[in-house]
Amino acid sequence: MGKNLEEKNISLLLRLGRLSLILIALLFLILFLFVPLVAVFAGAFEKGWDTYLKAITEPDVMASIKLTLLVALIVVPINVVFGLISSWLITRFKFRGKGLLLTILEIPLAVSPVIAGMVFILLYGSRGLFAPLLEYLDLKIVFAFPGIVLATIFVTMPYVARELIPVMEERGVSEEEASLSMGASGFRTFWSVTIPNIKWGLLYGIILCNARAMGEFGAVSVVSGHIRGVTNTMPLQVEVLYNEYNFTSAFAVSSLLAMLALLTLILKSILEWKCNKE
Amino acid sequence: MSFISKKKTAIPGFGLTMGITILALSLLVLLPLSMLVIKGASLSFSKFIEIITSQRAIASYKLSFGASFIAAFVNVVFGTLVAWVLVRYKFPFKRVVDALVDLPFALPTAVAGITLTSLYSVPVFADNIAWYNGYFGVLLDKIGIKVAFTPLGVIVALIFIGLPFVVRSVQPVLQDLEPELEEASLCMGASRARTFFKVILPNLIPAILSGFSLAFARALGEYGSVVFISGNMPMKTEIIPLLIMTRLEQYDYLGATAFAIVMLAVSFTLMLLVNFISFWSSNKYKSYN
Repeated sequence: MGKNLEEKNISLLLRLGRLSLILIALLFLILFLFVPLVAVFAGAFEKGWDTYLKAITEPDVMASIKLTLLVALIVVPINVVFGLISSWLITRFKFRGKGLLLTILEIPLAVSPVIAGMVFILLYGSRGLFAPLLEYLDLKIVFAFPGIVLATIFVTMPYVARELIPVMEERGVSEEEASLSMGASGFRTFWSVTIPNIKWGLLYGIILCNARAMGEFGAVSVVSGHIRGVTNTMPLQVEVLYNEYNFTSAFAVSSLLAMLALLTLILKSILEWKCNKE
Repeated sequence: MSFISKKKTAIPGFGLTMGITILALSLLVLLPLSMLVIKGASLSFSKFIEIITSQRAIASYKLSFGASFIAAFVNVVFGTLVAWVLVRYKFPFKRVVDALVDLPFALPTAVAGITLTSLYSVPVFADNIAWYNGYFGVLLDKIGIKVAFTPLGVIVALIFIGLPFVVRSVQPVLQDLEPELEEASLCMGASRARTFFKVILPNLIPAILSGFSLAFARALGEYGSVVFISGNMPMKTEIIPLLIMTRLEQYDYLGATAFAIVMLAVSFTLMLLVNFISFWSSNKYKSYN
């Protein structure tokens, strides 16, 4: 009897301990992650739906949305092609210097976004290495659209590849070898054997790459030149509006980016769940 | 790691993929970064030292390293707790909570920046306080703590940014940990706490260290979420990336390059450290993300 009671007490203590650990963790997440997320939407809708609609349809804001979409539309496909090619190289062949190649591939993740932007100014700026050539060709890269694209490519470079490499490594080459030995061409094998095998990993990489491409601030801020309605992406437009004390509009544009973030998280969980099921 | 030998498998495309990969990385990553070396070479060594050891620079190193260290440490404590709770316990909305951990990866840094600033600042017009606007700031102000536009604000932003790095490093390792070890320890009469510190924690150390380094490295380079909440006062709340930004805005490219070289050296050291840790622990878990 006495022993039973003691055991009951211990299990009660354990349950209490467990409950308090869960509560502390949740409280931390609520204060540091959840409240800021809700605050974005609360700030955006503070003055009602009409003000919100007006804020996001304002010409400069519309221009920034278009620019952001256009940048992502260019950067993400480039990233997909590069990711597929580089992970094919890394997982399908054995060669010297693979470790070095992998390290170079990770560099953009280790570099501060501000540095990622500034190197393009040093290259293509008015006093940069290629300045005479660009002047001769009458091309403007920095403080213009091409610079924004280049800086975004730099910061997103590893995103698709690093999702694909583990997936392709795990899958191995046996199915591809079978396809090739049956006479299919390399490209056909790639399209009808490799791609279906890695589709979820690829989609996962695309989603992450897109989120970063649309949300990049530091690197783009350096190369954009902040020309309103021309070279301001959505995150830059948020900064401009905020610095003008136009908080409601700043949060309205932010809410669009927050919705993108939420969509990213939802798709990410669905894909993770799908991958685990397979 | 198992590598596929090239000789017998007739997998095509080696030359093509090698060529394109090297070309792309050279043009888009290596060439731009090499500009730092080229530009840096036009600086004399004494001038370089003079720039990077100015009083204003030293103050920003102290802030950047100090705030990044504290934030990464806080993330280690709470990130490990969050990972533990997510792996070991069942509770409602667990999947939602798990997904929410990645919010700092998905939310653009500028959005995080203005939101945290609004939450933690003290509005000038006190009658205009909504719970999402200055709420934390006003509450904390009552007990004499100022967050926005102080080093504490920088720390808060960096905690936000770094949290998922620790959780996502520790979580998979905790998942793969064999329950037999713990059971054995518990069976032999060790207490829960003793079992955690003697059996579980040593297994988590490499993951925690690599999570710490990743969060720390990210925090050092972070710009968007910090510039709004820090207030950017020279000598007080100026982080290193902002120092670079300021020089760039003044067209002082040499000065900016000098600081970029310092930051790059630190980043690479940290990157080596992370690789070393994952090599040392020989655990194959995904280090980022």
